[in-house]
Amino acid sequence: MYETTYHRPSSVDEAAALFAKGKEAKYLAGGHTLLPVMKQRLASPSDVIDLGKIKDLVGIEMSGDALTIKAATTYFDILQSADAKKAIPAIVHLTSVLGDPQVRYRGTIGGSIANNDPAADFPAAVLALGATVKTNKRSIAGDGFFKGLFSTALEDGEIITAISFPIPARAGYSKMRHPASRFALTGVFVVKTKAGDVRVAATGASQNGVMRVPAVEAALKANWSAGALDNVTISTDGLLADIHGSSAYRANLIKVMAQRAVTAAG
Amino acid sequence: MGVEGIGASVVRKEDRRFITGRGRYVDDIKIVGLTHAHFVRSPHAHAKIKSIDIAAAKGMPGVVGVLTGQQIVDDKVGNLICGWAITSKDGTGMKMGAWPAMAPEIVRFAGQAVAVVIAETKNQARDAAEAVVVDYEELPVASDIRAAIKPGAPQLHPEAAGNVIYDWTIGEEAATDAAFKAAANVVSLDITNNRLVPNAMEPRAAIAEYNDAEEHFTLYTTSQNPHVARLVLSAFYNIAQEHKLRVVAPDVGGGFGSKIFIYPEEMVALWASKKVNRPVKWTGDRSEAFLTDAHGRDHLTKAEMAFDKDNKVTALRVKTYANLGAYMSLFSSSVPTYLYATLLSGQYNIPNIFAEVISVYTNTTPVDAYRGAGRPEASFVVERLMETAARQLKVDPAELRRKNFITTFPHQTPVIMAYDVGDFGASLDSAMKAIDYAGFPARKAKAKAEGKLRGIGISCYIEACGIAPSKAVGSLGAGVGLWESAEVRVNPVGTIEILTGSHSHGQGHETTFAQLVAGRLGIPISQVSIVHGDTDKVQFGMGTYGSRSAAVGMSAIFKAMEKVEAKAKKIAAHQLEASEADIVIENGEFKVTGTDKSIALPMVALAAYTAHNLPDGMEPGLKEGAFYDPTNFTFPAGAYICEIEVDSGTGKTSFVNFVAADDFGTLINPMIVEGQVHGGLAQGIGQALLEGAVYDSSGQLMTASFMDYTMPRADDLPSFKLSHTTTECPGNPLGVKGCGEAGAIGASAAVINAITDAIGNNKLEMPASPDRVWHAIHG
Repeated sequence: MYETTYHRPSSVDEAAALFAKGKEAKYLAGGHTLLPVMKQRLASPSDVIDLGKIKDLVGIEMSGDALTIKAATTYFDILQSADAKKAIPAIVHLTSVLGDPQVRYRGTIGGSIANNDPAADFPAAVLALGATVKTNKRSIAGDGFFKGLFSTALEDGEIITAISFPIPARAGYSKMRHPASRFALTGVFVVKTKAGDVRVAATGASQNGVMRVPAVEAALKANWSAGALDNVTISTDGLLADIHGSSAYRANLIKVMAQRAVTAAG
Repeated sequence: MGVEGIGASVVRKEDRRFITGRGRYVDDIKIVGLTHAHFVRSPHAHAKIKSIDIAAAKGMPGVVGVLTGQQIVDDKVGNLICGWAITSKDGTGMKMGAWPAMAPEIVRFAGQAVAVVIAETKNQARDAAEAVVVDYEELPVASDIRAAIKPGAPQLHPEAAGNVIYDWTIGEEAATDAAFKAAANVVSLDITNNRLVPNAMEPRAAIAEYNDAEEHFTLYTTSQNPHVARLVLSAFYNIAQEHKLRVVAPDVGGGFGSKIFIYPEEMVALWASKKVNRPVKWTGDRSEAFLTDAHGRDHLTKAEMAFDKDNKVTALRVKTYANLGAYMSLFSSSVPTYLYATLLSGQYNIPNIFAEVISVYTNTTPVDAYRGAGRPEASFVVERLMETAARQLKVDPAELRRKNFITTFPHQTPVIMAYDVGDFGASLDSAMKAIDYAGFPARKAKAKAEGKLRGIGISCYIEACGIAPSKAVGSLGAGVGLWESAEVRVNPVGTIEILTGSHSHGQGHETTFAQLVAGRLGIPISQVSIVHGDTDKVQFGMGTYGSRSAAVGMSAIFKAMEKVEAKAKKIAAHQLEASEADIVIENGEFKVTGTDKSIALPMVALAAYTAHNLPDGMEPGLKEGAFYDPTNFTFPAGAYICEIEVDSGTGKTSFVNFVAADDFGTLINPMIVEGQVHGGLAQGIGQALLEGAVYDSSGQLMTASFMDYTMPRADDLPSFKLSHTTTECPGNPLGVKGCGEAGAIGASAAVINAITDAIGNNKLEMPASPDRVWHAIHG
């Protein structure tokens, strides 16, 4: 690791000010990606600004029609949340199959979606549920937030403060774990909204990161059941292929995971 | 005190320090004036070094020295060697290319060291290493066996034409061919034995200290065999003479074979400590471990088995290409030859066997012994053939095996090995009972009704352990004898130190070796200490690998104990005014049989050291040594059966049950044996389902971290059901055979046999990842 300056601000404004002052500053929101690449000397931020101690960024709130999870809330806290379990149990399930206990104690939802790893779990939930990403500057619709591999709509220095999930009629998440990394080899989040719309997002499968799956959405909109997907074909175009899964295998997983997610959603 | 002797599941003495963080590994050692080494490594798999510019690095803060491959050559430091000579079928010797500890001219695998920076701190060394400018001219790459042997392949070493190191055969070719011609049925398989990365928990490390006043070196290193390290470093590398080099292998966090060998980094640390006249430390990180620890396996094999009309095996024919990587590591040549092809008879009476093994160079990390070393590959060939044959011949796989089992001993196979004892039917019976083999068809039908694919797979393995009779291995090309030594020191107060040439890096010797001594004398194991891993303390030893420590190392202790006891009995008889023949040892006392007269061990020891009243002519003291050279290999064997279920939607395999019935001969500590089997099974299952080192065509290791290389985790593995069927080994005084490698040798074939049974086709390579299984099912 190259030398860096570590900061632990107590407010979002202070964090943003530190970022603006730093030459090549980075926010730390869990650190499962940033710290390993720093240790490998593949990243050398001048300043590391830890968002984990900002009280305003931690907590889970329920309103009538939305579950709001503040950005620096850890996965562990989401797992413990009675509100989350009641409002959107699929999110709690997703959290329970994310990483391992050490990761869940330290990792945060904001860190996950800001990083937008193409195999991360939470982007699938944000996209499928049509969540709103709130930042220190604005609100961004989930559909417009993810911009391809490790890329988002966030501007330089912009800080996610919370993610607001509309409470769906039904939702489910099913994930095939990558054998080595335990990220999603493919994970699919299915949602039936209270308005009767169907939204499906897949992670781990596409070369462009998390994506909607229109073929599955159409079939489920016509018939919300696992069996409705039996004859759906997922194109391999644009899907990832590596030593752990061909694109044909991932296309199959999108369908199979969608079916299992629907079954789990009930 | 029999409760702590042989056969007792005593809690491991060493665990208190390990689980409280008090272990002392190489990286924990602090020496005044320590400097830190960081290696500059080639990013290319094959390249010519056009120039190395070290000027900028030399001027960086804290830098003590920057050393290059050319300086190693200039200092006449010897090349790394392979210590087992293999002769090709045309009578020529193996073609060993030069392996300098740092490349002066050509790099042949990605990660090979070209220079080293020594600095006051680890970070300064790393900073300066980044300032070393190496100008490479990339050369064409052969990154696997097929690429290395095809016409026009890049030539790695001038010595080895066509990249072939040797083309070696064993067995009778003509008789084997004739048996195939006369066969009623022939079964044939193409097999890939996947390449593995050992991944010991503790990466390799070295601290080298040079004392210029005494011209003496000390090397603290992560070694499974510190004496062999000293021997090789002094005899071949021209760095230090043997009596001027102390090698210490303190607590070592796992080896699995990978810490047998002498590596460039340890050599360079030793050499550099004199160059810079400061103690030099190098601790490898995980990335360096992936790139530079010797890998394991990596075979391509075509295997055929011939059967007569009664389904008796009449012949086995095998052709194997083995990938030895870019350079020949210390014992690499022996692994795909004498440790592999000599086990191809498996547990079966096979009258004719012929095997040809062609070892090749590739632009990859060197390959050498890894847990099982050759024997897992052999077992996999034989047991995959047996299972495939049963399906092809439409007979029960257990019955086909039983029909062909060797049942009379000793049994001379056509491939050198003479099995001394065994009861293969007993192990198979035990495993079949444990898994309810008879009930499997009903379970499979039930699973099918629920939409699941269920399969069962058997593997009846045999291994040659207790490595090894020195004369035998010498005649086969080994550069060393493989005996073991021991010394028993009874202190004046009656406590005991056992000095052994074996080395414990997870095996629990501090407990099991003490159990042997405690049991013989009837004293608690707390009265016995085991000393190992320091060439200044232990006179000599060959170290720990090949499941040899009990069969060879403990047998040496046994012999030394016999000498100690004989002398102690003489002293006791003299003190008790009794006949030596009447003295028996019980509960830590020397008793005159049939009387109530006795003298306790501490009093005998004290008498030996005060020497006030010893028998006439007896030397004072109570300390004896022994060397033990085994008369034969030992042959642990067993039957593993696993039952699995495959999710046809994802291709994921789940275990329903895994049973292991092993015959290890006498068990010293059944709990430790169980742990050894669990670890071995984890690695065997890891090879079958999870692990695989993959290079791309440019020779870059694609699986160079745990993000891509799938190490087995607890939730990947079932709860194992173990049992033991024991035939005592007649070849050593303890009747032990060895247990360290069995799981890794037997498990992989059982898993692949079960999955191929479940999915109904045989086209499946290891690791049987969900992706591969799904493709095997769905095309």
